[in-house]
Amino acid sequence: MMAVSYILLFAWTFVVLFPLYWLAITSLKTPLAVNAGPFYIPWRDFQPTLDAWHYIFFDLREDTFRPYLNTVVVGLTSTTVTVILGSMAAYGLVRMRYRVSLGAILSFAAGVALAVVAVVARVPWPVGVAAGFGLFLLLLNTLARRSKRAVGNDDIAFWMISQRMLPPVATVIPIYIFFQQLQLLDTWPALIIAYVASHLPIVVWLMRDYFQSIPLELEESAAIDGASPYRIFRSIVLPLSVPGLVATFLFVLVFAWNEYLIALFLTSANAQTLPLTVAAQNATRGPQWWYMSVLILIMIGPVIAMAIALERFIARGLLVGAVKG
Amino acid sequence: MSGYVSTRGLRQAALTWRPIGARLDRFAGSVFILPAVIVILAFSIFPLLASLYVSFSRLTFSEGGVGLKFVGFANYAKLLVGIDHVHFLGLTGGTTVASIAFLAAAYALIAFLLYRYARGPNLTVGGLAGRVVTAIVAGALLWLVANTVLTSGRPGTLVVTIIYVGVDVTVQYLIALGLALLVVQHLPGRRFFRVVFLLPMMITPVGVAYLFRMLTDTSKGPLYPLWAHFGLTDVSWVTNPWGARLAVMIGDVWQWTPFIFIVLLASIETLPHELVEAAVVDGANRLQVFWRITFPLILPATSTVVLIRLIEGFKIIDLPNVLTNGGPGTATESLTLHAYTIWRALDIGGSAAVAYLLLIVVTFVGVSYVNLFRRRVTAMT
Repeated sequence: MMAVSYILLFAWTFVVLFPLYWLAITSLKTPLAVNAGPFYIPWRDFQPTLDAWHYIFFDLREDTFRPYLNTVVVGLTSTTVTVILGSMAAYGLVRMRYRVSLGAILSFAAGVALAVVAVVARVPWPVGVAAGFGLFLLLLNTLARRSKRAVGNDDIAFWMISQRMLPPVATVIPIYIFFQQLQLLDTWPALIIAYVASHLPIVVWLMRDYFQSIPLELEESAAIDGASPYRIFRSIVLPLSVPGLVATFLFVLVFAWNEYLIALFLTSANAQTLPLTVAAQNATRGPQWWYMSVLILIMIGPVIAMAIALERFIARGLLVGAVKG
Repeated sequence: MSGYVSTRGLRQAALTWRPIGARLDRFAGSVFILPAVIVILAFSIFPLLASLYVSFSRLTFSEGGVGLKFVGFANYAKLLVGIDHVHFLGLTGGTTVASIAFLAAAYALIAFLLYRYARGPNLTVGGLAGRVVTAIVAGALLWLVANTVLTSGRPGTLVVTIIYVGVDVTVQYLIALGLALLVVQHLPGRRFFRVVFLLPMMITPVGVAYLFRMLTDTSKGPLYPLWAHFGLTDVSWVTNPWGARLAVMIGDVWQWTPFIFIVLLASIETLPHELVEAAVVDGANRLQVFWRITFPLILPATSTVVLIRLIEGFKIIDLPNVLTNGGPGTATESLTLHAYTIWRALDIGGSAAVAYLLLIVVTFVGVSYVNLFRRRVTAMT
């Protein structure tokens, strides 16, 4: 039984590692060695060289390090913010009951409609948005109070995840105009805001499941002892959800680290991130496999280090025995 | 039992919470959820409305520069019945035995499920209406799949995308579940596997696409001896529609299996050990433990991760774009790539229309999935 397990595990390990091995040896090949045909083992099949690495680190220097710094800053900041906001919302959705009245939603739609009409009629957009917001507040405090129908937690959660359904190809141009109006193009904040907004639904959905698996008794007894909801969240729920938080953090970091299309539109020279640098190696002379391999390898390096460092948190079954006694 | 809190548990939680919450902090609920709602709302409304408007218009070039001209439903009509319908919907061929058999089986299954629901105890008017609509749309999509794939016709980008998503998510889920069950055993070296299995997900999707282009190259790639052995070095897989699609799907499975794997693993590891131990003491074998305990308890996490992968899978673009450039012809083109290529050709209205049709399809799949499957799963445990 154990032997079968190991055979299967190593089979998949091979499937995973072989492409990465191919990347590694390609980064050590000369263009000639790549194009002449498949060579598998360095020193035996071909003479390895550090030319490509030298080019990326010394010839490109600034053009490698600046995107690298951008990727690190944008990735870590946006991921931290996303996980904090997302797990708060997820906890709310799991343990509190929300009822958003249909009247409030319709009021909001009316406000948006007014803003859209105003903007289409060439009113300056801040005025239009302000007018729409005013109408929303007005309706909210008058008509919406009469409405009884309401949507609940599941509908809110589904609304959140539905924000990821429109493909980025369709949204990048509006997003571009959005940040152009705010004069944030080609800056860190633009990418950070964009990534936080687009990854929040994933955090909410993943953390909802982890929070649901926490025994309610713990929170109840804390509440009876007089702890506030914030304190229960911070001191009981979050520590118990560390495996889920770590896994979610890793995911979102990976998504932000590797995002391509939004970065392509929102950045040019200053805030460019590494995926763009990788794609840029597909030059007019065809893909520069050796440079591309180096870039992909230095891109995944830190993420792998992080995965190894955080792995034990994912592994720890913290819940076991938490309710005993 | 400590397991997952169901919707019933949720309601109970809400009941127990209200007096406590009211005493402690009336606004806690809003404080928890509002930041996320505001960020998502602020960032989603404008793109959603703007691209909807664009999908009803056409880019025009005049002396004053570029402008948008309102054209009504012309962009959608072009895709559904006009000159682009072969690209989007595909070309249907004459019926074959396979297509009839497939459709008969699928429709029989749908009819059976509807019948079972109509005779069941949970029958409501809204529920029945929703299911009938779901059945009709699903039936239409299946008809399209059967008549373009199983006949002499050829599938359009809609069908190709559905095939990608269906095959990819299924295969990824099965592999990931198997790996998670293997890794969760207390084998020496499991931490190594746990990290290694995550690796593919960490590479930027553009990078994975180029990596697979390297690997699948029939003359310079590592599989050259294999191609040479079968005499396939000249007839590149890229020229065969199904070969090219298979390459795209293999790349997608390679990259995204880790995502499902790690969620299932974390979910299995947070299960209470006592349940499994008690079952083993009572004489349950491994298969029984899996089907009766582990599987039902990880279903909520399962249903979440599958929904996320479904939604993300519909947006597949990098692999077909880099690997095959959508070819041969448009055989590997996904909907997002379709939107991208006509967008590059400056048909921005048409591109937005494709994106909106994709949104409609994904919303349909997502809503059906949540209502028919996820809600029942979370209520069950």
